[in-house]
Amino acid sequence: MYAQMIKSTGEGVKSLDEMDPQERAFQERINANDKIEPKDWMPDGYRKNLIRQIGQHAHSEIVGQLPEGNWITRAPTLERKAILLAKVQDEAGHGLYLYCAAETLGVSRDQMTRDLLSGKMKYSSIFNYPTLTWADMGAVGWLVDGAAIMNQVPLQRTSYGPYARAMVRICKEESFHQRQGYDIMMKMANGTEAQRKMAQDALNRFWGPSLMMFGPSDENSVHSAQSMAWKIKMNSNDELRQKFVDQTVPQAEYLGLTVPDDTLRWNEERGHYDFAQPDWDEFFDVLKGNGPCNTERLEARNKAWDEGRWVREGLLAHAAKKRAAAAQVAAE
Amino acid sequence: MTQPQFEFLTRLGDNTLVLGHRVSEWCGHAPVLEEDIALANTALDLIGQTQLWLGLAGEVEGKGRDADTLAFHRDVWDFRSLLLVEQPNGDFGQTMMRQFLFDAWHSNYLAQLMDSSDSRIAAIAEKSTKEVTYHLERSSDTVIGLGDGTEESHVRMQKALDRLWPFVGEMFVSDEVDAAMVAEGIAPDPASLRGEFDTLVNNVLTAATLTRPQDDFAHKGGKTGGRHTEHLGHMLTQMQWLQRAYPDASW
Ligand SMILES: [Fe+2]
Ligand SMILES: [Fe+2]
Repeated sequence: MYAQMIKSTGEGVKSLDEMDPQERAFQERINANDKIEPKDWMPDGYRKNLIRQIGQHAHSEIVGQLPEGNWITRAPTLERKAILLAKVQDEAGHGLYLYCAAETLGVSRDQMTRDLLSGKMKYSSIFNYPTLTWADMGAVGWLVDGAAIMNQVPLQRTSYGPYARAMVRICKEESFHQRQGYDIMMKMANGTEAQRKMAQDALNRFWGPSLMMFGPSDENSVHSAQSMAWKIKMNSNDELRQKFVDQTVPQAEYLGLTVPDDTLRWNEERGHYDFAQPDWDEFFDVLKGNGPCNTERLEARNKAWDEGRWVREGLLAHAAKKRAAAAQVAAE
Repeated sequence: MTQPQFEFLTRLGDNTLVLGHRVSEWCGHAPVLEEDIALANTALDLIGQTQLWLGLAGEVEGKGRDADTLAFHRDVWDFRSLLLVEQPNGDFGQTMMRQFLFDAWHSNYLAQLMDSSDSRIAAIAEKSTKEVTYHLERSSDTVIGLGDGTEESHVRMQKALDRLWPFVGEMFVSDEVDAAMVAEGIAPDPASLRGEFDTLVNNVLTAATLTRPQDDFAHKGGKTGGRHTEHLGHMLTQMQWLQRAYPDASW
């Protein structure tokens, strides 16, 4: 999940009877699975919440280029290099669709970018972990894109039209990414001893952080209840995390790798795997800026933005000159 | 001279490999999101072309080397890429100027190769031309936009042009490999392409309000492999590291 810990602005979910007629009509449309479009009336809280959520998702796609971009110049074959390049390019494209979706809510991409660069807006905690071996390219695709899909497939039915449509496009590509990641893992897990070791090490390092992607338990959270009533969040964090574990454990077994959790076992009664919670203290540390790569990630984005200023200004100035020249011609 | 056609094909494949690698270094660090996407796209096209050119080179050589073996298991002196493409990225302006100068040569060269007497070469050229035509369109637009943008962008683009100009001439030097290709109707004589290149480049530079350097001095040694720059070795240590460190592995 690329949006974590989104705080809603509401005080808790109102019943239909407590709402004024406009808000009630809005909620009834949502209950009827109607899509809300940019020009429709919407409560302030709904708009603000969506901006935070879509913005955080977009930023995650952008920052998410970095850990994988880290291996493009070291990809071991031409084919792998091409696949990884295409993947990172897709992620930038996802960022673009999502910024466009957020812009329909009245916030500019530049503003959101500034908020990312200043640290005011967040991105997913997962991208603050380093990618240390080639197997990490497999683990990221398999686990990180896999966890993202868990969250994003239901969001294709989210109540806000532009967001739902962006999700439809994105989900198609994410499932490619996951398959490609798993394919790298297969190759590594069935490769030489060194490759197997890299694969296991990657799983060891990415398992906990992947579980954290869904965010802490939100069963009693008023924020989540409001987001679910608005259908901008479709499932609880625990529900999605369980689904992810249930899907991933057999895949790890098929690879012959060991999930780093001694308590992991199939619970016949529940029909689910029991598993250990990830280290939530670590999660909150990462959120506060103390993850292994928080500093580098934000530094890299800031550097790209600062060093790109003259380019953006130059291209804008040129476009303005061209417009002025065209206007001159039209006037003559 | 052993196997001129193999030499010729590695020149094509090494150009796209080395430039593709350079452009891919930008991934995630471009000035604006659209440029991130466009640069990745260019790199992707070039790596795809590398697979075709080096794949065919291996086939022509007939010693069982495939595109990956050629890319990851040759040392600097066996690379046949132009000195231009191994130049470091510098700032975004230098990257786009390098791209433009290369595209201006590459697009015309590929257009000629579409008439090659070797149908395999003609087919790769035809596929690549579609991509490279777009690269040239984009790099020309960027050079014009930034050359004729702000004062700062203009100064930076002029600097990039001056920095890279000594690597232009090598693209048009003909040697015995080229002569053999011309004799078999496989490829054009590089020297014959200079006129069209000059026209194209002059037009773009004029629109960009940039001054073409007076001195046409040309560094040489890339396409023959005789003397690469120091930069190529560093690139290869990164590019080839996994393959070299784990020679038994398949990826
Ligand atoms: Fe994505
Ligand atoms: Fe993805």
